[in-house]
Amino acid sequence: MKNLTYLKFEVLRTLRNRRFLIFALIFPLVLFFAIAGPNKSVIVEGIHFPLYYMTAMASWGAMTAMLSSGARIAAERQIGWTRQMKITPLSTRSYFSAKVLCGYMMAFFTIIALGIAGSILGVHLSVLEWLKLVALLVVGLIPFAVIGILLGHLMKVDSLGPALGGVTSLFALLGGSFGPIFQSGFMLKVVQDIPSYWLVKSSQSVLSPSGWPPAQMWIVIAVWTLAMSRVAVRVYRRDTARVS
Amino acid sequence: MSDATTHRSGIVLDQLSKSFGNVQAVSGVSLTIAPGEIVALLGPNGAGKTTTIDMILGLTRPDKGSVTLFGTTPAQAVLAGEVGGMLQTGSPPQYLNVRELITMVASLYPHALDVDEVLKMTGTTEIAKRSTVKLSGGQTQRVRFAVALVADPDLLVLDEPTAAIDVEGRRDFWNIMRSVAASGKTVLFATHYLEEADSYADRIVLMARGRVVADGPPTEIKAKVGGRVIRATLSDVTADELMTIPGVTKAERQGEGVTISCGDSASCDLVLRELLTRYPTARDLEVRGVGLEEAFLLLTADNDDGSGPVYGETNGRPDERELQ
Repeated sequence: MKNLTYLKFEVLRTLRNRRFLIFALIFPLVLFFAIAGPNKSVIVEGIHFPLYYMTAMASWGAMTAMLSSGARIAAERQIGWTRQMKITPLSTRSYFSAKVLCGYMMAFFTIIALGIAGSILGVHLSVLEWLKLVALLVVGLIPFAVIGILLGHLMKVDSLGPALGGVTSLFALLGGSFGPIFQSGFMLKVVQDIPSYWLVKSSQSVLSPSGWPPAQMWIVIAVWTLAMSRVAVRVYRRDTARVS
Repeated sequence: MSDATTHRSGIVLDQLSKSFGNVQAVSGVSLTIAPGEIVALLGPNGAGKTTTIDMILGLTRPDKGSVTLFGTTPAQAVLAGEVGGMLQTGSPPQYLNVRELITMVASLYPHALDVDEVLKMTGTTEIAKRSTVKLSGGQTQRVRFAVALVADPDLLVLDEPTAAIDVEGRRDFWNIMRSVAASGKTVLFATHYLEEADSYADRIVLMARGRVVADGPPTEIKAKVGGRVIRATLSDVTADELMTIPGVTKAERQGEGVTISCGDSASCDLVLRELLTRYPTARDLEVRGVGLEEAFLLLTADNDDGSGPVYGETNGRPDERELQ
């Protein structure tokens, strides 16, 4: 793998950006302890609140981590570094892959940190259940990798901060990261078509009788990934064909 | 195995054209650059230099015509690491120091130079540990040059590499560039400074309004666009009398003042001496170069092959110019 050196420096750059570390890691962690701590014995949607809230906060932080790759793309576009990379042998695919991998790396930090925090507050899962939970989160984050790339080409750096904050908050809120907002009815059906709902739902899926989420989750993730990819490709083409 | 023959072909632009909306940025540019040549693309803003360079690098797709780099397409040449470029924009990304940045870029190329060697060549060894966002204008340009150079490319393309730096930094930059180019690289650089093109290129390609308006050795191009104008307050002398001074290509009178066009600075010096000898009463003397932009406009409006002289009073219409 010749591009390992390139990837190494991309990882280094990601880690050196403290701002995202704060929003993707510290915020969810602090909120988790502050809110799940006093409510350890509360039952939400059939599971213990710390488990629900651990997954909810991990989802929120991981979404932030994934979308932050968009901020890096936007910044590099703005300073003209993307064009500089285009006149190297680095393929566009490798460029985006490195960004997505860095997003996942940050997301992993968040997921692991919240897993540890959850254990501290008494969350008990078997090894298999832990692994399944992480796997469901990784899969559930795929649409957000694409949305990150899309936003990175859609926004300018100065508008990206609010845009990322807004998009992440909206997905987190509707998905139930701050507590389930719809218990039944039409609106529940609506939010069930949003990928973040299934991220937050991962722990319940793992503890469900079948041990796996319903087919709807896979469909929602696939549809969002494909749809967002199509938009991202269109925006990318428009962006690279711009008047220079 | 056909390396030698394909490399001999160098860079070939064939009838290259590109428009953006209603603006014809480049129209019908044909150019052949031999390997090892140092060519300046000289022209005012909006001449089509950057668009031409973007098409050479494969960043912009031509509407018509083609680019061949060492016998292949720009995309293939870029993939093979044969091309190094310094774009007009392309600031180094943050959260890296200079050495890390160059190492990262080097890792992308099949036959990159040693990072330490590149730092030494570009005079960036002392700032190797400095963050890329804490560099001065001149340092940034040298780092960007290192980024372009680390590929050890056969072709170096520099788009106005000294646009953002002071005079001293500019000189440093070109000295480095020249020592690098001495190793037989083909270099194409865009500039709107005649002095830079004159001092550092083997050949100048003059562009205006998307076309090549002149192409030749610096001395030839300088004679075309490096004209100077002397202004003075001087009564009782007719324009025709002034025309008898050797080296004067055009003379005009406006009230008390006269405007005398002469060739390059050397011939203008002679004209000035002769003028003061003949007419000691001349005062308010002012010598200035005809701006490149004005010279270009004359050249393009002229529509000839550039063989005629282009000196002339700056606001004179081309058809009023006197030929030598």
